[in-house]
Amino acid sequence: MEKKNWPLWEVFIRSRQGLHHKHAGSLHAADEQMAIENARDVYTRRNEGISIWVVESKHIHASSPAESEALFDPANDKVYRHPTFYDIPDEIKHM
Amino acid sequence: MNHLLNYTLQIADNALILGHRLSEWCGHGPILEQDIALTNLSLDLVGQARSLYQYAAKVEGHGRTEDDMAYLRDEMDFKNVLLVEQKNGDFGRTIVRQFLFDAYHLPFYEALQRSHDETLAAIAEKSLKEVTYHLRYSSEWMIRLGDGTEESHRRVQTALDELWRYTAELFQPSATDEAMLAEGIGVDLGAVKSRWESTVAEILRVATLQQPDSNWMQNGGKAGRHTEHLGYILAEMQYLQRVHPGAEW
Repeated sequence: MEKKNWPLWEVFIRSRQGLHHKHAGSLHAADEQMAIENARDVYTRRNEGISIWVVESKHIHASSPAESEALFDPANDKVYRHPTFYDIPDEIKHM
Repeated sequence: MNHLLNYTLQIADNALILGHRLSEWCGHGPILEQDIALTNLSLDLVGQARSLYQYAAKVEGHGRTEDDMAYLRDEMDFKNVLLVEQKNGDFGRTIVRQFLFDAYHLPFYEALQRSHDETLAAIAEKSLKEVTYHLRYSSEWMIRLGDGTEESHRRVQTALDELWRYTAELFQPSATDEAMLAEGIGVDLGAVKSRWESTVAEILRVATLQQPDSNWMQNGGKAGRHTEHLGYILAEMQYLQRVHPGAEW
């Protein structure tokens, strides 16, 4: 019998209403239904979540580490993109 | 005979023994994710057994505890059905056993929610959510394996043929079942049976499995007459309490 590994899936869990789904980890499963159930059993057994997304890892396209200079360094010296040049009056709280 | 005590033990013993069987998969699952899935089912069932044993001890009123119920009763005192004590075999066989029991467990708890006994009704309500997932899990695996490869189909069909003989007992009322039904505490097993039959027929159809036509059935579990397997389970499960009476974590 041919032994094949089940495909790898990335798991995203939303922990509470109003929060984003966050990457929780990955797991093996034969299909999407099994991936959700496995995710339920592996990643939500201690009440971590109220919603699960799974996506096959092969469908995720990632930026290449080799390109990180070109992609990210140009943002480094553009301080004016950060809203740090405003004086916030003392009366305004929670900013 | 204290029928309420007996009835609670029937339900509890099913949960404990099946839960123990599943716990034997811990560290031996076919892959990590399914290892965790099976032990999750196991923990659900052992949790249900605990609530039921606590209630049984209270109903009995002789100062025994849940641990006495689980660890210090003998084989003849256990009232679980024969199906749940059968060996795990391969993963497919474990799934077949689980499916045949889950298809009974779900409508059983649904009906028990309406019991006149408030504690049993409350335990049933809490357990129902767990068992709903169990049936979903085992049904999907029945379909995957039955409608899977030639080998997986052969294995689950063989397991189904072998375990089928233990299914009639689920619906055979004991004297306790009848007494509890009459008092509005117990569940009408006839109604559970028709639900079970339609679930099983539907899933087997989708899974391309053949429903066995054998009418040769085994029973005796509810009366304490067990297959050879239960003794081995208890020997392992009760070993620590027997050797070190009263030992605690």
